[in-house]
Amino acid sequence: MKTAIVDLTYLLSAVLFIFGLKRMQSPVTARTGNALASLGMLVAIVATLFLHEILSWPMILAGVVLGGGIGVVLARSVEMTAMPELVAVFNGFGGLASALVAGAELSQYVGAARLVDSAGFGIVTAVTIALSILIGTVTFSGSVVANGKLSGWITGNPISFPGIRVITVALLIGAGGAIGVMIASADAFPKLAPPMIQSAIGLGAAALLLGILLVIPIGGADMPVVVSLLNSYSGLAAAAAGFVLDNTALIVSGTLVGAAGMILTVIMCDAMNRSLANVMLGGFGGGDGAAGGPDVPEGKTVNETSPDDTAILASYAEKVVIVPGYGLAVAQAQHAVRELADKLEEEGVEVKYAIHPVAGRMPGHMNVLLAEANVSYEKLFELDEINPEFPTADLAIVVGANDVVNPAARTDEGSPIYGMPILNVDEAETVVVIKRSLSPGYSGVPNDLFYADNTKMLFSDAKEAVAGITESVKEMQEA
Amino acid sequence: MLNNVIIFVLAAFVGTEILTKVPQTLHTPLMSGANAISGITVVGALVAAGMTADPWSTWIGFGALVVATINVVGGFLVTDRMLKMFGEKNASPAQADATAAAQPTNGTPE
Repeated sequence: MKTAIVDLTYLLSAVLFIFGLKRMQSPVTARTGNALASLGMLVAIVATLFLHEILSWPMILAGVVLGGGIGVVLARSVEMTAMPELVAVFNGFGGLASALVAGAELSQYVGAARLVDSAGFGIVTAVTIALSILIGTVTFSGSVVANGKLSGWITGNPISFPGIRVITVALLIGAGGAIGVMIASADAFPKLAPPMIQSAIGLGAAALLLGILLVIPIGGADMPVVVSLLNSYSGLAAAAAGFVLDNTALIVSGTLVGAAGMILTVIMCDAMNRSLANVMLGGFGGGDGAAGGPDVPEGKTVNETSPDDTAILASYAEKVVIVPGYGLAVAQAQHAVRELADKLEEEGVEVKYAIHPVAGRMPGHMNVLLAEANVSYEKLFELDEINPEFPTADLAIVVGANDVVNPAARTDEGSPIYGMPILNVDEAETVVVIKRSLSPGYSGVPNDLFYADNTKMLFSDAKEAVAGITESVKEMQEA
Repeated sequence: MLNNVIIFVLAAFVGTEILTKVPQTLHTPLMSGANAISGITVVGALVAAGMTADPWSTWIGFGALVVATINVVGGFLVTDRMLKMFGEKNASPAQADATAAAQPTNGTPE
């Protein structure tokens, strides 16, 4: 009876999670969706506390207060630009928690203190515990490295050394071997505990190294894919822990999260026109690529412009499309951009934002940064929506974006980025590119957009340039 | 075991069906919200940490409880913080900050 009540409550919380995620389909309903999901979590926790035989209350209270306090501080203090780092940390914690739960479960058998679910230990339990440890630990150490690359305490450049592949394969074989021993010793466990425990610890150690080795060869700008993938893994780790505990709530929620991460991973890969395997094998690109600007190629000319001239162009335009890129996030220019848009709208100019899927440092990151600057989401347009509008735009302002507006992706079959979906800014009447230099983007591919007849280059820091344009527009209004 | 596999497969379909329709604008909150939901491992951690018979199990469970609770509380709060910005499109930044500070914690255990 008691188990039935617990199971039904878990079902209720799974249903709440599904409804909550469904409401994520629109910005209008998303906030209540998040509230529903957190209600689902509360239901699951309360049911667990009251219906399981929880003996050590002080321990639980201490854990919840400690974890909750850290959670509140992290959530309150994080800068929106640092969201990818925080999500990486959360992914890691999710993986770690699942691996630890599997470990605790194993040690409970050893202590013969199994108070809940008295089903015996067998091969199935051994496999689920092994998978939970493996996926959880890989997610943990991989996320730590991803966090390091995103926040800069590990270089964003791909790190590789001779033999890295050999070591990775050896670790995989070692992990497989450890799982094999765990399965083989399942029948004798827990009477004969050491082989099981030792191989579980060995598996954890191998997984820890694997997570590191899998992420360090991947370049900093590919982190959006990695973070999405680790998000998926953290869900799968929770689902694996659900198999260990025979717990429906964990299986359903973990799988939902796994699906979310997988979908985002695919979207990110498509947006870069690369396969997941290509990203994971690493070695592509090297961080910001801002070092040293190349000379202007022969036979090509650059049209330079100034903030004042851009202000005139913008003020007399009917439609302006702003294309924010990674550089805008780095320069923290989102507030400056919104001010400019406000001023232009006062002049009766229609302003829209074109957001490429990989514009930020994680899926949807640019949208969050602009939302923080109070740009209405109704003005943010995805690639497919905005591309047909460029031919009718009088001006496109590119702020700190490069590869995602490179026409070579459309025209040059020999280019490494050929086939990547891009924003067709070159089809606008005039394009102003705000950029420090002519240096190529992350892909290392030169951008012909910079030398096009209808392109004007504004060489400057993104924030200063945008503020300068806004100032000029203001002066024109007052004059 | 078989039942669990069935649940896993069905949940994967439900998740894919619902989540492919989430617009790009909400991908970051979706991810942080998903993080909070994957903190459901807290349920397993509670049981493990609540045991008294085996000290190892209790301590490992305690570790799991702390990190899972960070995910649950931090994940839901930060997601709410972001979604709030999408809702209040016309408020001044100062107002938005003031309301964010006064905002309740959405039923998360804290």
